Amino acid sequence: MDISSLIMYVLAIILLIISFIKDRSKTKKAIKKGWMAFKKIVPVLVPLFLIVGIVLTVVTPDMIGSLLGEQSGFIGVLIGLVTGSIAFMPPFVTYPLGVELLDKGAGYPQVAALVTTLMAVGLVYWSAETKFFGTKSTILRNGLAFIASITVALVIWGVM
Amino acid sequence: MKKNRTLIIALALIGILSIYDLSLGLQSITSATSQFITMLKIVPPIFLLIGLLDVWVPRETMIKIMGEKSGIVGILIAFVFGTLAAGPLVGAFPLAMVMLKKGARYANVLFFLMIWASAKLPILFYQVTTLGLKFTVVSNITLIIVYLIGSFAVEKLFTKDEMIEIYDRAKEYSK
Repeated sequence: MDISSLIMYVLAIILLIISFIKDRSKTKKAIKKGWMAFKKIVPVLVPLFLIVGIVLTVVTPDMIGSLLGEQSGFIGVLIGLVTGSIAFMPPFVTYPLGVELLDKGAGYPQVAALVTTLMAVGLVYWSAETKFFGTKSTILRNGLAFIASITVALVIWGVM
Repeated sequence: MKKNRTLIIALALIGILSIYDLSLGLQSITSATSQFITMLKIVPPIFLLIGLLDVWVPRETMIKIMGEKSGIVGILIAFVFGTLAAGPLVGAFPLAMVMLKKGARYANVLFFLMIWASAKLPILFYQVTTLGLKFTVVSNITLIIVYLIGSFAVEKLFTKDEMIEIYDRAKEYSK
């Protein structure tokens, strides 16, 4: 388990203890509410993770590498934006992949396009996100993330 | 039926993948399971915090710190919540719902989601060690600026009725 999850556990446990000392029945209610919120997300998560599993199997880092590796220029940025939006990868895979791509001759703007869309544009989250916030909100949030990624790629192009 | 549409699509895709190459089908199920287990290890504190937030923070407080008139304070709180987070973006959705339910401003909640997705502290440190300090600083400052302006711009694209619908969803989610 990484350090951030550990901090979350410690924080949650400390707050839970404080809550328990201050008011037992409220604490019980809080646990129940948390559990209910979790129960509501599970049916959304199961299909989500199946999609994630498919994407991780079909779209491999090697494949992205071959798409972006030797390429440069504007087309490379576009490929980075599109693959990053469709693919799913945990950050601890994403950044080493970025380094590998740089070694293979991809430029910083192309890598920026890929890693920023991988983080924030989540087409795999589509069905979960629309269930929570509705379609319009989901489209606009992903649109904002996409525009931000284009901006980052252009800024990186300018300064690096 | 509509409720399970994604599940059906996912299973169909795995089926097609298995017909094409059985090992690919199995691999996708294995990797789905391992991602799911990783997720299960991360989320318990998130949902505990959601419960505690719901029970202990009164609506008036949330309106004051993240609501319509919270201004720069609301933005800062959204930012801090987002950077201190752990876990995938999908874990942030229920938390965002509770914030909305308690009267947080949509733009602030959207900004929180964007920061959670891109600029979590542990991820930032890792980004520095892999892609370098300059890349990390330039890309994240750019992201934060675009997200901030974008969150308020996106909010303007909703009609009053659509906004009410989002808040109704939030109330419905966590009763």
